[in-house]
Amino acid sequence: MGASQSTESNLTARIQRHLSKIVVAPSFAASLFFVYGFILWTGYMAFSKSRMLPVWDWAGLRQYERLWQMERWHVAIENLLVFGGLFIVTCLIIGCLLAVLLDQRIRAEGVLRTIFLYPMALSFIVTGTVWKWLLNPGLGLESMMHDLGWTSFKFDWLVNSDMAIYTVVIAAVWQASGFVMAMFLAALRGVDQDIIRAAYMDGASLPRIYFGIIIPSIRPVFLSAIVVLAHLAVKSFDLVIALTGGGPGYSSDLPATFMYTMAFQRNQLGVGAASAMMMLATVMAIIVPYLYSELRGGKKNG
Amino acid sequence: MYLRKTILATGVAISALATASFAHAEPTAEVLHWWTSGGEAKAVAALKEDFEAHGGKWVDSPVAGGGGDAAMTVLRSRVLSGDAPAAVQLKGPAIQDWAEQGALADLNDVAEAEGWDKVIPPAIQAVMKYEGDYVAVPVNIHRIDWIWANPTLLAKVGATDAPKSWDEFNALADKLKAAGITPLAHGGQPWQDATVFETVVLGLGGPEFFQKALVDLDEDALKSDTMKAVFDQMRKIRGYVDADFPGRDWNLATAMVMNGEAAMQIMGDWAKGEFLAAGKVPGKDFLCSAAPSDHGYLFNVDSFAMFNVSGDDKVEGQKLLAELIVGEKFQETFNLLKGSIPARLGVPLDKFDDCAKKSEADLLAAQEAGGFLPSMAHGMALRGHLSGAIVDVVTAHFNSDMSSDEAVSRLVEAVELAKD
Repeated sequence: MGASQSTESNLTARIQRHLSKIVVAPSFAASLFFVYGFILWTGYMAFSKSRMLPVWDWAGLRQYERLWQMERWHVAIENLLVFGGLFIVTCLIIGCLLAVLLDQRIRAEGVLRTIFLYPMALSFIVTGTVWKWLLNPGLGLESMMHDLGWTSFKFDWLVNSDMAIYTVVIAAVWQASGFVMAMFLAALRGVDQDIIRAAYMDGASLPRIYFGIIIPSIRPVFLSAIVVLAHLAVKSFDLVIALTGGGPGYSSDLPATFMYTMAFQRNQLGVGAASAMMMLATVMAIIVPYLYSELRGGKKNG
Repeated sequence: MYLRKTILATGVAISALATASFAHAEPTAEVLHWWTSGGEAKAVAALKEDFEAHGGKWVDSPVAGGGGDAAMTVLRSRVLSGDAPAAVQLKGPAIQDWAEQGALADLNDVAEAEGWDKVIPPAIQAVMKYEGDYVAVPVNIHRIDWIWANPTLLAKVGATDAPKSWDEFNALADKLKAAGITPLAHGGQPWQDATVFETVVLGLGGPEFFQKALVDLDEDALKSDTMKAVFDQMRKIRGYVDADFPGRDWNLATAMVMNGEAAMQIMGDWAKGEFLAAGKVPGKDFLCSAAPSDHGYLFNVDSFAMFNVSGDDKVEGQKLLAELIVGEKFQETFNLLKGSIPARLGVPLDKFDDCAKKSEADLLAAQEAGGFLPSMAHGMALRGHLSGAIVDVVTAHFNSDMSSDEAVSRLVEAVELAKD
C-alpha cells in the first residue's frame, strides 16, 4: 500500500512538474500547424501555377512578376502607405492627447474612459457600416447640413475616388484611438510622481513637464502602440469591405482586399498567395526589429 | 421441423425485405446553391418540391453570402476532400474549369432521352457541354441589355419610349438633365459599371465586334477606334448619373426609377422583379425595352453543374434532378418566380408578363441574326481572371477622369497580363 501511494504521489509530482507544458502542448501544436504550416504552404503556392485549385507545378517567380505588373496592386500598396501612415500618426496623437487630458485627475474619469474605449468593442463591420451611412452624401452628414440650410456644404469623400481611402482612415481612427488612449493612460499612471513633484518645485510649467519628462519616459509605449497599429493597418480588411467595398472602382483597395479578390473571386490562387506573402513580409519588417530590440533590451535589463 | 420452417420463412422474409428496400433506395441529391433569399429561395423550394414528388431525397446545402464566393470556397474544399455535392449552382466558363479538373459527371444519356439538343439554344448548349458531353443543366435565361424606364418622367421631356439608338439616348439624357431629372439610375459597383459597359459595346460595336472584343479577346478589336468610342460613351454616361451613385446597390437604383427620382436604368431583367414586387405594371408604370443594338441579346444563364458522385442512389438522384430541371414544368415555375425566361425553347409563355414575352421574341430574332451572345460582366463569356481584368479597367475609367486612349491601352495591357 505504501508503495502504491508513493508511485501515486510520484505521478502527481511528475504531472505537476510538466503541467504547464501539457496544457500548452495542444495549442502549441495547433498553432505550429495552422499558422506556421499554412504560412509555408502559402509560400509554396506563391511559387506554383495555381489558379482555381492548388497545384504543385513550379512557376518560379512568375506570380510575383504578375503581381507587380498589376495596376490594382500598386493602388493597393499606395493606399496602404497612405492609410497606414495617417492611421498610426493620427491614432497616436489623439490617443496621447486624450490620455494626457484624462490624466488631470478629473471628475467622472471612469465614465469618459469607457466612452472613449467603447468603439474598440465594436466589430470593424459595424464601424464600417455606420460610417458608410454617416459619410454618404445623400444620407448622412452632407444631407443633414443641407436640410439645416447650409446648402454649400460639401463632403463627398466616400464617393470620390481620390479621397475614399481617407474615409477609411477616419473610421479606423475613431475605432482605435480609444485603445491607444488606454495604453498611454496606463503608462502615464506608472510614471513616478516624485519626479513630477520635483520638477514642479523647480518651477517647470505643465507642458514642459509633459514634453520634457513624462512623454520621454513612456517611450516604450509608443513603440508598442505603433507595432499594434501597424499590423492592424496591414491586415485591415472588413473595414474597407463594409465602408467602401474597395470602391469607387478599386480606388480604396488595400492589400488584404486585393488578396481576397484574387484568391477567392478570380481563381488566381497563385497571385493571391504572392500578395499574401508580400503582406507577411511587410508585417515582418515591422515586427522583427521590434522583437529584436525588445529581446536585446530584456537581456540588458536582466 | 416446424422451427426450421420458421427460420427459413423468416430468412426469406428478411432477404425479401432487404431486396425490396434496396430496390427502393431513394434517389438522393445534395444541392449546393446560394439562392437563399426572396424569389430565388422560393424558386429553389419549387425545385425541391418537384424532386420530392418524384420520390427523391433532397439534401439542401445553401451557402449564403458573397454572391457565391463563399459557396465556391466550400465547393473547392469538398471536391479536394473527395466528397462533392451532386449538383452545384455554377455558371459560364467556371463549368469548363471544373470539367477540366475531371470533376463533372456525364449527363449524355439523360440528354438523349429528353432530347435536350432540340430544345436548348445552341449558344447555351456550348456553355453546358465539355468536349461534346453535357455536364451541366441550364435553369433560366436572363437578358442583360435592358433599359428600364419611367414613362412619366420621359413624358415630361416629350418622349414616349426608351431610345432606339445611342445618339437618341444621349439626346434624351441631355434633355432630361436640362429638365432637372437624373437621366440614369446607376449603382457604382464594379459589376454594374461592367453591365453598362458591355451593353454599350454591344450597341456601338454590334454583335460581331462584341464577340471579337469581349469573347475572343482579339487585340485589334480591343484597341480599335470602336472601343475608344465605347469609352467616350461611358464618359458621357458618367455625366448622366447622380452624384451619390458609388456603392449603391442595384435594387436601390431600380427603386429610383420606380419612385420617379431617375428616368432610366440599364440592368438585367432581375430588375423587373423589383417593379413587379412593388405592384407596378409593365407598359404602364414602367417600360422594358432592349438597349439599342443591332439584334443583339446578351444572356446570363444560371445552371447546375453535376459533379461525380458514387453510389447508385446518388447517381439516380442526380439524373432525376437533371431531368426535372430541364423539364417544362420546372422551367415555367422557376422562371415565373425569378423573373427570367425558360432556358428551353417552346415552353408556353401564357403565364409570363409582356417583358418576358418580348425577351423570348428578341432571343429568337437575335439567334437568327447571330447576336445571341454571352454576357462578359456576369461571367458567361470569359473566365474569372480575364473578365476581372477587364472590369478593373472599366470601373477605374468610369470612376476617374481617365482618357479613352489611356483606358484602351490599359485594357490591352490588363488582358495581356491576365492571359498568361
